[in-house]
This record gives sequence, structure tokens and C-alpha cells, in this order.
Amino acid sequence: MDKDNIQVHLMKSSKATREDYFGKTICYLCIGLITVLVGCILYFITSRGIATFTQNHVKLGQFLSGTNWNPGVLDSHGNPEVGALPMIVTSFGVTILAALVATPFAIGMAVFMTEISPKRGTKLLQSVTELLVGIPSVVYGFVGLSVIVPTVRHIFGGTGFGILSGTLVLFVIILPTVTSLSVDSLRAVPVHYRQASLALGATRWQTIRKVVLKTATPGILTAIIFGMARAFGEALAVQMVIGNAVLMPTSLVSPSSTLTSQLTTQIGNTVMGTMQNNALWSLALILLLMSLVFNLVVRVIGNWGKHKYES
Amino acid sequence: MNKKRFFATVAALGVVTIGLSACGNGGGSDSSSSSSSAKITAVGSTALQPLVEKAASNYQSQNKGVNISVQGGGSGTGLSQVQEGSVQIGNSDIFASQQSGIKASKLVDHKVAVVGMTPVVNKDVGVKNVSMDQLKQIFTGKITNWKQLGGKNEKITVVNRAKGSGTRATFEAAVLNGETAVKSQEQDSSGTVQKIVSTTPGVISYLAFSYVNDSLQALSIDNVKPTDANVETNDWKIWSYEHMYTKGQPNKATKEFLDYIVAKKQQKGLVKKMGYISIHDMKVSKDANNNVTDNKN
Repeated sequence: MDKDNIQVHLMKSSKATREDYFGKTICYLCIGLITVLVGCILYFITSRGIATFTQNHVKLGQFLSGTNWNPGVLDSHGNPEVGALPMIVTSFGVTILAALVATPFAIGMAVFMTEISPKRGTKLLQSVTELLVGIPSVVYGFVGLSVIVPTVRHIFGGTGFGILSGTLVLFVIILPTVTSLSVDSLRAVPVHYRQASLALGATRWQTIRKVVLKTATPGILTAIIFGMARAFGEALAVQMVIGNAVLMPTSLVSPSSTLTSQLTTQIGNTVMGTMQNNALWSLALILLLMSLVFNLVVRVIGNWGKHKYES
Repeated sequence: MNKKRFFATVAALGVVTIGLSACGNGGGSDSSSSSSSAKITAVGSTALQPLVEKAASNYQSQNKGVNISVQGGGSGTGLSQVQEGSVQIGNSDIFASQQSGIKASKLVDHKVAVVGMTPVVNKDVGVKNVSMDQLKQIFTGKITNWKQLGGKNEKITVVNRAKGSGTRATFEAAVLNGETAVKSQEQDSSGTVQKIVSTTPGVISYLAFSYVNDSLQALSIDNVKPTDANVETNDWKIWSYEHMYTKGQPNKATKEFLDYIVAKKQQKGLVKKMGYISIHDMKVSKDANNNVTDNKN
């Protein structure tokens, strides 16, 4: 009797084990749910996005290289006018320019925070970048509309709406992202690299430039790519200053339209399943594919960094 | 132990909250005069949204059991949502038959107000009156300088509304006569258009009457001023109905709310106050093909 009791007791899973199972189950359930969710999003956008090509028989080449965007209207050959090139060019334009402008500032701030004035500087700039992150993008857009657009118009002519204004607004929006990720990658450079460099007689500037920044290059590149992904997907702030004209940009101050700004202005005015609506989903699909590309690039850079410095 | 007590407290709080809210609902429907705890959702046109929101909040304070939620999203969204049956009311600036992808025969139209729209320009252009033909030529890109209209030597910048927006559809039906608008800037919110026109030299766009203020110059067309009185007689041609569509005949609660908005009292008071024109004051009516007929037959 007594022996059986002990056996039963020993065979039964303990409280700790049960808690362990419980925790694991919750974990896996959550992961499963997220995976399903991501799968659904991918499937939904893809199935909607390719409807333009499968249902409405638009040719992919025409979609990517055409410059007339007027879904719902047929051109002289009876094909729908869905050329997304102006939006693709503008989206890349503002993204790349914003990254070019933001990078020197971000690296400067990051170097200052980690190498030059680690204590007080870090605290000050950290709160500044956190503040910038907290401001909603509609506020940036409104400031852009009230301040940047008139200023650009004054200095560079045109109406002030266009890629240049978009770049300036995006610069502020992506600055905190690039800065904080750069800071992380600079902090990850081992202290003994710096010590060795200084011991060899290098000055602080030489150490920063030739050792610290070089070692952190993959990390900084990743930071820039993340910033670009942020810029590529930003909708509201850009929409307010870019002008939303589906025209090939002829200069930095000519009104144009990004993929996101077209999506946000149009989606409420179309009905699910129509040509106009399908064309917008195709734009969304391009955005999705681009974010996948950005992720891929980050991966590649990460691997290259490991390869270069850790083996 | 602490954890257990915490969860117990949370659970107890949850039960109490649910219980209370159930009681609250029960009490509410008891005191309501007509329909018991009905839920109405109205989605669509941002131009109509302010009016419906205000009307809904007034209506709910008088009828405790009714719960009305009002959302924007655009006329296209309103029409497609009501067609799918996911909302009770779809707000739209345009006739359902004008929106592609909508089966208008399935929907019932309730016209609740009229909105007049006017071309607006930046104050510096020096033009206050244009002919309808000149206006058409501006928006199709044939007139490109204010000098050609007797104004300042300044390039004309056209700011259009988003493709498919109700305001744009109304404006193009009245002004462009089927021609295609010049490719230009597009904005989807009236507030943004207002801000852009008032601050950017040489800009022309168009807005509902309620958005016109002292920072803008509203244009007269063929010497007719954009006023409510001129809209009522169709002397001012750019106007549209504000529609609230239901899928088939509305249910009791929805019908009562629609009747409330259309009633003389609201049309004379709230509708006017919010910058719309009462449908009872209209001396003409317009159909989906833009044919205007006299009301006094």
C-alpha cells in the first residue's frame, strides 16, 4: 500500500514540471498565432496584389515601367492605365536621399555619445532621440507643411511640395532609428580594441576612425538599412509634403507621389474587388516585397560582419 | 500566495465590471422611449461625418438605448461596407450608381443634406470671377497663368482632390464635362487643401462651402456668387447631395435615426449650423446623371 503510494507519487509529474509545460504551451501558442497571422497577411496582400495581373490582365512590365496612373480609365489600346513607375522612383528617391542626409548626423551623434562624451552626452542625446521617436508622424507632417514647404519654396522655387521636402521630413523621422542602432553597434566594439590602438600610440581620433568605426561598419550599415525601411514605409508625414501628383519627378521640388501616399489617399475611395482597388493592393505588394528585401539585406550584412571580424 | 491573491482580485474585479455594465445596459434600455438598445454604425464620407456625428450624439442623449457609432473612411468605403452588410448606414457624397463596383439597385438612398462646393484660390492671384469655360480650361491644363485671366503674372498651380473622392466627382461632373483633369497635386483632406491654398501662391483648388474662410478667395463663376441661395435654385451648379445609404429598407432603429436627421427641426437647425444646405430648401433636384429638374411641377 505504502509502496504503491510512493510509486504513484514518483510517476506523477511534479508541480514544477506542470508549470513548465504550461509555460511552454502558452509560448508555443503565441508563436503559432503570430506565425499564422504573418502567413495570413502575406497571403492576403499577395492574393489581392496579383489580382491586377490575373483578373485585370495588366502586364507586369507595363505595371512596373508605365508612367500613367489612372486605374479605372482605359488608354487608347484598351489597357488600364496602371503605371507605377513614378511612385516607385519617388519612393526610392526620398528613401535614399533621407538616408544620405541622416547618416552623417546619426554617426556623429553616435560617436559623440559613445566615444567622446559617454556620460553627460549620452544622457542628453538619448533623451533627445527618445523625444523624437515619441512624436507622432502626423505632427512631423504638419510641421513640414507649415514650415519646410514654404522655406523650400522660398529658397528653391516651385511650389515647395516634392522630394526635397519629403527628404527633410523623413530625415528627422529616421534620425533616432539610425542613431540608436549605431550607438548599439559602437558599444559592441570590445574595449580592448580601443586600448590596443591607444597603446600603439594612436590618437583618439585615429582610434575612432580606423578602429572603432571600421569594426562597427556592418552594424552601422544595418542601422542605415533599418532607417531606410522606416522611410520607405512612412505614409502620413510624407503625404502631407510630397504633393501627391502621380508624375515622374523632374526635379527635387516638383510634386510627386510615393507608394504609401497614393495608398493612403486612395484606399478609402475605392470598392473591394474593383480594378482601382486591385491596383492599390499591387502597390501594397511592392511595399511588402521591398520590406522583405530590406530584411534580407540586413541579414546579408550581418553575416558578412560576422565573417569579417569574428573568424 | 501573493500571485494567487492578485489573480483572485483581478477575476473579482472582472466579474463586478461585467455585472455592472450588464446592469447599466438593462437600466438604459428600460428608460429608453422607443427602440431597445439598438446599435447603428454609419461609415463613409468624411464630408458628411461631422453632421452625422453631431446628430448622433444629440439623438443618443434623447434616446438612451440607441448606440450610434460614426466613422469616416471615404464614400467608397461607406458604399462597399453597407453593400456587404457590415454596417447599417453607408455615408456617401455621390450616388451609389456613380461608384464602380456597387450594385445601386440593392441600396436605398436617403438624402439628408446638400453641400455646395466652390473653387478657391490663394488671395494673391488677383482674380475673383471666372467663366465656367475658363475654370474648365484651368483644370484641364489649358490656362496656366493667372495673367491670362486678368490677374497677376503667376503660374497656376492646381491642387486636385484624390481620385474617386466625392468632392472631386461632383466638381468634375459640373465643370469638366467629361474631360480629363490635368495631372497635378492631389490631397485627400479638406483641411489640408484649406491650408495649402491659403499659404501657397498661385494655387487653385475647390472646397465645400463650410471650409471656405477669410484666408481664401472663393471664386464667382459667370458672376454668380457661391452662396446657399444660389445653390438652392441651381444658379450655382457645383453641389451634391449627402446620401446615407441602407441595404434594403432600414430596420426600425435605423429608420428612426434617419427620420430624425431629415426632420424639419434638424434641417433648419443643426444642418444649417454645420454649413450644409437643408434638402427642404432645394427648389431643384438632381439625379445620378446630373440632370436637374424643377421641384415645382
